[in-house]
Amino acid sequence: MSTVTTAPALEAERLGKRYGRRVWALRDCTLQLPQGRVTALVGPNGAGKTTLLQLAIGLMAPTGGTVRVFGEHARANTPQALARVGFVAQDHPLYKGFTVADLLTMGQRLNLPGRFDRPLAERRLAQLDIPLDRRAGRLSNGQQAQVALAMALAKRPRLLLLDEPVASLDPLARREFMQVLMGATAEDGLTVLLSSHVVAELERVCDHLVVLVAGRVRVAGDVEELLASHRLLVGPRADQQALRQVPGVLSVRHGDRQTSLLVRTSPDRPATHPNWQAHPVNLEDLVLAYLQLPQPSLPQPSHDPASMEVTA
Amino acid sequence: MTEEGERAVFEFRLDNRSGVPPYLQLVQQVKQGLLLGYLQPGDQLPTVKEVAGTLAINPNTVVKAYRQLEHEDLVVPRPGQGTFIQGSVTAVAPGAYAALRRSLDRWLRGAYQAGLDEQAISALFTIALHELHAEPAAGAPAGGEGVA
Repeated sequence: MSTVTTAPALEAERLGKRYGRRVWALRDCTLQLPQGRVTALVGPNGAGKTTLLQLAIGLMAPTGGTVRVFGEHARANTPQALARVGFVAQDHPLYKGFTVADLLTMGQRLNLPGRFDRPLAERRLAQLDIPLDRRAGRLSNGQQAQVALAMALAKRPRLLLLDEPVASLDPLARREFMQVLMGATAEDGLTVLLSSHVVAELERVCDHLVVLVAGRVRVAGDVEELLASHRLLVGPRADQQALRQVPGVLSVRHGDRQTSLLVRTSPDRPATHPNWQAHPVNLEDLVLAYLQLPQPSLPQPSHDPASMEVTA
Repeated sequence: MTEEGERAVFEFRLDNRSGVPPYLQLVQQVKQGLLLGYLQPGDQLPTVKEVAGTLAINPNTVVKAYRQLEHEDLVVPRPGQGTFIQGSVTAVAPGAYAALRRSLDRWLRGAYQAGLDEQAISALFTIALHELHAEPAAGAPAGGEGVA
């Protein structure tokens, strides 16, 4: 658990990636992931999540900006730098004709000598009753995901990136995957970044959040701070004039007689307003509100107070 | 039974819909266990890894809960061994309960008169409780008994 550096596990600065001449998959992305945290990277399909992950592991070069992993440029791609990072790609691809044992042998050969803990992977798989002599293609979807995770964890990485790890899994396999992931996180003091478009189950898993929409960061920060600084206000139906009196409004929903607002509060802005009932928000409400924010009113990510706030 | 069999004395659970932050749920469950007597001084709590791996929750949440319990002198960490119950929940004096209950009833009547309904009242209570916990200088021990 001893941390050698205090550099952020992952640090992107004005990171951008353009495919072809016009399509920006990621733009002006500035964010920092503190070490030892579990970060959810949330956004709709096509938001740039996979692009961000692939830039972070140096799989491709950015069009602009920089990305560093533990202070080192991701593109440096030195064997030592790569050894610190684990990656589980979307749909956890495995060579389907390989047995699990073959895959572990491959892991051993492809990693630096001594940097692939095969006995650890075998122990984990034995606990899950996954037979080593079974071909990957004959394993269930959930088991394949577990094999991919066990292989990534066998590197004993300090940073583990997972691209939509549970999207294709049934609820039971999803829970089992998260159990193993969280257990491993506790054991090794891992920093985890996992992308997802399923928001509901993230609240118990993640303590840091990055919401990405159309290639840009909408909001980022510590989950607890974000929840503490947002409220759902419910009151009698309000007109534009009344709404202008309420600072920090992110979203407005009108019913026949009621209006509900999601607002961002801050120390100089009280959480309570006359005429409005304040309710706490959950992570799902908060994420959905940011996903639906109209584009023009977006604050620049670098000036966004949430991404600047530092955990006390 | 066997020594290994005695280890898992206590099992946490988590209610996603309760609105109570997960770490606080863990803290409350230990306190309830102490109050109801199924946790006793010397008992070992499951390790952070066990709790994270069983509930599929962020280990930092468990660490935070254990730290809170340690801060309240209810548990003590023994390096290399785990976290053990040491204290017991101090019983509230019977008179104090009654007095608090009377002032709460008064407050509730005021809230109803002002037009708040049950949901609004509990929302207000939850927010006030959260914000009290959020203030670092607040003298009140974070615990939140009575939320459940």
